[in-house]
Amino acid sequence: MRIPCPHCGQRDVGEFRYGGDASKARPAHGTGDMKAWHDYYFLFDNPKGPHDEYWQHVLGCRQWFKLTRNTATNEIGEQP
Amino acid sequence: MFKPYSALALAKHALSPDRPWPRAWNSPEPKSSYDAIVIGGGGHGLATAYYLAKNHGLTNVAVLERNYIGSGNVGRNTTIIRSNYMIDGNTQFFEHSLKLWEGLSHELNFNCMVSHRGQVVLAVSPAQLDTFARRGNIMRLNGIDAELLDRGQVMKLLPYLDYSKDARWPIYGGIIQERAGTVRHDAVAWGYARAADTLGVHIIENCEVTGFVMDGDKAVGVETSRGKILAGKIGIAVAGHSSHVAKMAGLRVPIETHVLQAFVTEPVKPMVDHVISWGAELFYLSQSDKGGMVFGGHIDGFNTYTQRGQFPRIQTVAECAVSLLPLMSKLRLLRHWGGVMDMTPDGSPFIGRTERPNLYFNGGWCYQGFKATPASGWTFAHTIAHDEEHELNRAYSLDRFEKGRELDEFGIGNWTYKQ
Ligand SMILES: Cc1cc2nc3c(=O)[nH]c(=O)nc-3n(C[C@H](O)[C@H](O)[C@H](O)COP(=O)(O)OP(=O)(O)OC[C@H]3O[C@@H](n4cnc5c(N)ncnc54)[C@H](O)[C@@H]3O)c2cc1C
Ligand SMILES: [Zn+2]
Repeated sequence: MRIPCPHCGQRDVGEFRYGGDASKARPAHGTGDMKAWHDYYFLFDNPKGPHDEYWQHVLGCRQWFKLTRNTATNEIGEQP
Repeated sequence: MFKPYSALALAKHALSPDRPWPRAWNSPEPKSSYDAIVIGGGGHGLATAYYLAKNHGLTNVAVLERNYIGSGNVGRNTTIIRSNYMIDGNTQFFEHSLKLWEGLSHELNFNCMVSHRGQVVLAVSPAQLDTFARRGNIMRLNGIDAELLDRGQVMKLLPYLDYSKDARWPIYGGIIQERAGTVRHDAVAWGYARAADTLGVHIIENCEVTGFVMDGDKAVGVETSRGKILAGKIGIAVAGHSSHVAKMAGLRVPIETHVLQAFVTEPVKPMVDHVISWGAELFYLSQSDKGGMVFGGHIDGFNTYTQRGQFPRIQTVAECAVSLLPLMSKLRLLRHWGGVMDMTPDGSPFIGRTERPNLYFNGGWCYQGFKATPASGWTFAHTIAHDEEHELNRAYSLDRFEKGRELDEFGIGNWTYKQ
């Protein structure tokens, strides 16, 4: 698999670190709402299909960015 | 229904090759309803159906498999069985599983080729050897066999490892569980399928579950590629697709799907008599009866449902192999493949009831589901039959993170790649 870094272009997946689901919104701090934090931290949508996610070009320019990958095929689409 | 396999039957068939062996299990048309349905015809689903019939007298049962029996992880794993766990909940569960493995070939009248060749875990620092001593003590307090090995003892057992002064990770010793070993994985699927079928269970292949029939909150049936099937109780046991199927019933679960690769080399003469695991990196190896070195490492590290792995993981695993056994650099890789697995935040599984009445969940097996197969079927069948967890799977509830009851045994859940 090759990952398109917005700065360096197409590079081998081995140069990148995966950062997980980019569609999750971090709950507000200090509300005491444990359920919201549990769901944010422990539950995954884990779709079989398009997935918005973070990657970091850790062995290159070190930039973090988002992309959409189809988890059923690993095809990478438009950057969200 | 089927004639038992025996030495006599073997001789008879050898003498009359024109009479082929009969099919090992039937291929019935699905009925419109069953007392219980198990979704997924992997090791866990088939074992569950077998124990539903055998231990609980429930025989009006169907196993619905999307593909063919043995097409999933039950036929893709590196076949290691062991019970060297440390946390209460895991320790007792996996030891029960190992005990069931010990008698399984007789129980199923199917040679599962259970080989108690022993597993050696290698320590690469004195501190690691101390943690192994602690693990061994906890195992022995639970009545499980474990022996600590010093470097000299390891050199005697495994003389082919790198003991040179240049070794990247010097070996300080290890721990051995003699009763651990390997099992012929396909035979487990076929053996449970045949034994369940003999007790009246319907094994239905090429039947994909695409949705649930709900009555309010209650699951009362499934929609499948072969039509609607109603059921009194429904168990989900679909390995890498657990969260996908749970979602069809409106459930969100703490699971992410990842690919794990496995590798086998060309066959060579017998050399490795044990299962070897390494303390420097997740790496495990055994030699198959055909002579190939069978080995594997970590998941690739990003969620995917593709059953093919990426090259960087092949490189890392090959580096581990050569670092530990320098002779591996001379062997050619024959095949490698991938399987999609459920990864959970703490690396431990789920077996239990769900918030939907009549719907039961078995998943999240991470790297360790094959060794769990008999106990998983045993306890899941109990949970389905009695609508209540067995004492051995009480720790595996879906809400354990909410309750602060993680079972973080090895620190190898899906978070390792996020650190
Ligand atoms: C490469 C690799 C190496 C491994 N090594 C080991 C090891 O050495 N030791 C160990 O203990 N464990 C190991 N594991 C883990 C172990 O193989 C799995 O945890 C275990 O096999 C999962 O349970 P199962 O056998 O029921 O899964 P599977 O055989 O995958 O069964 C699940 C079944 O569900 C079916 N299914 C999915 N969706 C649907 C649907 N909608 N409708 C109907 N059916 C459906 C699938 O087709 C599949 O056949 C390894 C896994 C992999 C991938
Ligand atoms: Zn870059």
